[in-house]
Amino acid sequence: MSTGLPLWEVFIRGRRGLSHQHVGSVHASDAEMALRNARDLYTRRGEGVSIWVVPAASVSASSPDEKEPFFDPAADKVYRHPTFYRVPEGVKNL
Amino acid sequence: MSEASSSAASASSALVAEYALQLGDDALILSHRLSEWCAHSPELEEDVALANLALDLLGQARTLLTYAGSLEGAGRSEDDLAFLRTEREFRNVLLVEQPNGDFAVTIARQLYFATYQSELYAALCESTDPELAALAAKAVKEVAYHRDHAVQWTLRLGDGTAESHRRMQAALEQLWPYTAELFLADAVASELVASGVAVDPRTLRPAWEASVAGVIEAATLTMPADVWQPRGGRAGKHGEGFGLLLGEMQALHRQYPGARW
Repeated sequence: MSTGLPLWEVFIRGRRGLSHQHVGSVHASDAEMALRNARDLYTRRGEGVSIWVVPAASVSASSPDEKEPFFDPAADKVYRHPTFYRVPEGVKNL
Repeated sequence: MSEASSSAASASSALVAEYALQLGDDALILSHRLSEWCAHSPELEEDVALANLALDLLGQARTLLTYAGSLEGAGRSEDDLAFLRTEREFRNVLLVEQPNGDFAVTIARQLYFATYQSELYAALCESTDPELAALAAKAVKEVAYHRDHAVQWTLRLGDGTAESHRRMQAALEQLWPYTAELFLADAVASELVASGVAVDPRTLRPAWEASVAGVIEAATLTMPADVWQPRGGRAGKHGEGFGLLLGEMQALHRQYPGARW
């Protein structure tokens, strides 16, 4: 059913102080319409205070073929993980 | 004396009920028309957008019909008013019942009506009736978005391809005659204007026309000329297609009275 309108990636910021999170994508003729479509699709239940839309064609993605050289070397470097201190109780969004 | 003042109060609450019914029926019938786009829109995204507009309007209709029913004092609920009245008992303007047509016709109807509702609710926020003022304060934000949606599409269709321009222009002209009825002051509105309950529809026209004309010009389209001016919706005189609309809208409730989700 698509008429071939460009695809846009949608990022929503849930509330102040958080960063924008990728939530999905929409089709739209241009950026303004993409913002409105994203508003209608992804903020229906009060999820957001701010929306970004980015042309999907502008996103450069890593390739699944490169998965091993890209990500495997990190697996055995346990000292990089922040597991050696306690997180105080009640701290959110860390 | 108390008898006289209470009968005056009940006369006026009957009028307010009638006014709430007019505004509620406008919202209800347009909501139903928009819901007919469900699963038929040109894009999935637009399907959701139109359904969102329909839901906003349905929410307004529920508040207004519930209020009308409570003022009327005959124990009729929002469902009774929406699903058990016949054609001649509906008070909506003719514009909102006009068929969806192609997408341009739907957008033209939205542009005309959402701009009208924006002006109406902005003024109704100052109503001396607290229920109506509260409804208006909530709805004014919703219809601002409806208007924006219609404006964005009018600009793109008008200033798009030769075909979209032609269709948008034809749609504006097709529905223009029905806009006159929006600004007629019938007996109900006229009576209630003095007490500050209702908005005088005639006062909304200049701002409405300036706003619509600005959009039409920016979209490289032409303002339609005044031709005939059908009216009668507020008095219950509706078009041919209205019976079919009600048939579909009311079928479930009439087959299964009191059905609930």
